[in-house]
Amino acid sequence: MKNKRFLVVFLLVSLVLAGIVSHYASSSPDGLEKVAADKGISAKEKDHSLKDAPFADYGVKGVGNGRLSGGLAGIAGVGVVLLVGGGAFWLLRRRAPARDA
Amino acid sequence: MHVPDGFIDAPVSAGAGVVAVAGVALALRGARRELDDRTAPLAGLTAAFVFAAQMLNFPVAAGTSGHLLGGTLAAILVGPWTGVLCVSVVLLVQGLLFADGGLTALGVNIVNMAFVTVLVGYGLFRLLLRVLPRTRAAAVGAAFAGAVVSVPAAAVVFTGIYALGGTTDVSIGKVAAAMIGVHVLIGIGEALITALTVSSVLAVRPDLVYGARGLAKPLELRAEPVSV
Repeated sequence: MKNKRFLVVFLLVSLVLAGIVSHYASSSPDGLEKVAADKGISAKEKDHSLKDAPFADYGVKGVGNGRLSGGLAGIAGVGVVLLVGGGAFWLLRRRAPARDA
Repeated sequence: MHVPDGFIDAPVSAGAGVVAVAGVALALRGARRELDDRTAPLAGLTAAFVFAAQMLNFPVAAGTSGHLLGGTLAAILVGPWTGVLCVSVVLLVQGLLFADGGLTALGVNIVNMAFVTVLVGYGLFRLLLRVLPRTRAAAVGAAFAGAVVSVPAAAVVFTGIYALGGTTDVSIGKVAAAMIGVHVLIGIGEALITALTVSSVLAVRPDLVYGARGLAKPLELRAEPVSV
């Protein structure tokens, strides 16, 4: 598989997972949440300081349809992580001339 | 396993924050050696994939779910230093954009979910590769083993941090037992996703898998010498 095609497929898989498949994820508390609730760790839990942010809790504020709201939030997240992470990695990378060693 | 605000007291949260900043700074230096024109785009996409996969909570036991942490996976695909940075970026975006994982707990979360999973998962992966035959199947098996252990390891470290700075007075032994028990199950999910992803990338682009570069060598030997 050519490099560009591979990268495009990898991106598409991520977008489909975050935008579509995430709708079918379990909404049960995760391992830590469950233990915290069972054992009393969460007694002093505080609300997240950004709990009213536009994408809080993997939804988009103002989008009523849950599937659409979650899907858009997932796609936005993939985009932001790609921009932040990809940007940082691109700046950090070694430049090409290493090859003629 | 995102720790919210209020579980860990301020001094220990701040201490974990200092450890996180120091570790990320080290990773930024180390990642320079792993990243070039070819691998930098793959690393960005690996971070995006880890974010996407973390949205997919799978059921594990009665009324409980788990999701990928992704440190072992990212480290195998793009290298351990870059893997630490991939998971850290995911945690940062989750905390700031999606209100997932407390902001005062960001250091705790980076230590648990980025450092520990890469250190333990990738470390075990490399150890196993030393003793296993140099085949693709062995690499996938080593990826599975590293991933499966990395999740309860993160649970143990969370329990340790909780023992130092937990805000409630509960039995550490009971917390440890419950955390390890459920995270062994979540670790199996982590291992399945990690092994599936590593074997998929190995099948189409083995040359792009950082942790399996030694495996590509036998293939190179078969190549005809190119006349210039």
